[in-house]
Amino acid sequence: MRWNYRDALGEAFAVIGEEFKDLAVVTADVSKSTRSIKFKERYPERFFSVGIAEANAVGISAGISTFGGPVIFTAYSVFATEKPFEQIRNMLCYPKLNVKIVATHGGINVGEDGVTHQAIEDVAIMRAIPNMKVVVVADPGEVLAALRAVVKMPGPVFLRLARAETEVLHEDANLVNFEIGKAEVMREGTDVTLIGMGMMVWESIKAAKLLEKEGISARVINIRTVKPIDVEEIVKAANETGCIVTAEDHNCYGGLGSAVAEVLAKHAPVPMEQVALMDTFAESGECDLLLEKYGLTDKKIVERALLAIQRKK
Amino acid sequence: MLSIERKEYLEKKARVIRKDIIEMIYNAQSGHPGGSYSLADVMAVLYFHDLNVDPKNPKGLNRDRVVLSKGHAAPVWYATLAEAGFFPKEELSHLRQINSLLQGHPCINIPGVDITTGSLGLGLSASCGIAIGAKMTGRDNVRVYAIIGDGEQGEGQIWEAAMAAAHFKLDNLTAILDRNWYQNDGPTETSLKLEPLHDKWESFGWNVIDIDGHNLNQIDSAFCMARETKNKPTMIIANTVKGKGTSYMLDQPGLHYTPPTKEQMELTLKELGF
Repeated sequence: MRWNYRDALGEAFAVIGEEFKDLAVVTADVSKSTRSIKFKERYPERFFSVGIAEANAVGISAGISTFGGPVIFTAYSVFATEKPFEQIRNMLCYPKLNVKIVATHGGINVGEDGVTHQAIEDVAIMRAIPNMKVVVVADPGEVLAALRAVVKMPGPVFLRLARAETEVLHEDANLVNFEIGKAEVMREGTDVTLIGMGMMVWESIKAAKLLEKEGISARVINIRTVKPIDVEEIVKAANETGCIVTAEDHNCYGGLGSAVAEVLAKHAPVPMEQVALMDTFAESGECDLLLEKYGLTDKKIVERALLAIQRKK
Repeated sequence: MLSIERKEYLEKKARVIRKDIIEMIYNAQSGHPGGSYSLADVMAVLYFHDLNVDPKNPKGLNRDRVVLSKGHAAPVWYATLAEAGFFPKEELSHLRQINSLLQGHPCINIPGVDITTGSLGLGLSASCGIAIGAKMTGRDNVRVYAIIGDGEQGEGQIWEAAMAAAHFKLDNLTAILDRNWYQNDGPTETSLKLEPLHDKWESFGWNVIDIDGHNLNQIDSAFCMARETKNKPTMIIANTVKGKGTSYMLDQPGLHYTPPTKEQMELTLKELGF
């Protein structure tokens, strides 16, 4: 079954508005495309659209949060994190205010809108700020659980969603146990571990199936939280499978690959290969064709896995 | 109109604030004296006459809120908060020192500070958020005071917030623009032409009041008018003099960052009547 992250987000907004009576949502003229309109329809007195003014939206979110309830600022990731970066740093993270950045349109899977709308540095820059936590959902099925966990977590959190329609990996949203800081093992394996972020978790699962045909047993991990990262699960995977491949719809610097490499270098140095954008912008185009052209596919993960296994000796 | 006794009381508070500022910046040998002095009278009237706060309960839910958007004027705020009893005066002598409470720019660990500032342009947005939050949570009596700089008007975010405050009809928000005519590089109108500021704010939908920012009666009556204004935010353009209250700063127009020498501090204390 395939589904859309944003439709899942819309349903999740409606649910958590009921669960958190003091939650406010702020957006910047994208209530339809972020589906936060679902929150507006049910809780209009706690919803604020501030026009096309992301820096101001961060400041307004900061101010509202001083009354004690959590606040979500939601917009496309490029405009939610990169345009008001300094506001997020100084107004939210330094004073640890209880504001969540819930960003849609993470990665080049945004497709036709092109480079200006494809956030490929967002995980890196949010990860770089002290006090900020970084959460990336793998599929629409875990959006509700992730959003609930993010709203419950005190202080600033960045939650990144992709835009494209994708395979649903968690069929019953109510059964998802989403814990910030904990990765999810999607598949056991002994020869290599594939660590995926966001949409690339599904590509990793498909890659594991392809590798299985070659007689290679691949473990697949859905990282879920890039910061704080699940050191224990990564070290266990390195020790038990001997090599790692990371896969992310993000630039190769500062994102998942960097975060995993930091863990491996310190705790379990094993060969690691990376599937990511190789320090390049993408372009406009249909999502699947873009992912193919820029190497964000199951086939690319297989290629890197074989290389990592080869490097083990 | 302030009574004679009240006016004398507030004048004395402003003198003490100015004394504490010069001493703390001299101690720290860094900080922003000019833009702190221009605000001393506004702060005295705000904290010792108009503001609803309780230094013994600085997080009280129904308190008024102050945001110093021009965060580099931290010394005037710290001196005022200490004089009002939010924290011991002793802290002032550790301004900007390692392991101390009083950071170079205001942060929320400091009693009486609700919003971290120092990066210009951000505080008015946060003030809008507080004003929205007060209305959202039914705290109709809470008033928000945002103190912004004139050089700060160059930041685009100020105008994003200006539009938002009028759009959301934030009549619980009062902004005070410290119009001292100087910024880091020199006169504001040389750096980036700001005038006509009154017309700009009015056209953005604000109730705009021009005052002499060193006239205590005018400051108080502007706050009163702001409280009575419905459906729109109020902008008080406080015409001030950077370094007001000293002779040495007045001799160096626009003195922004330089700390005083020992002689300059002693001269200032004498001029202030200490």
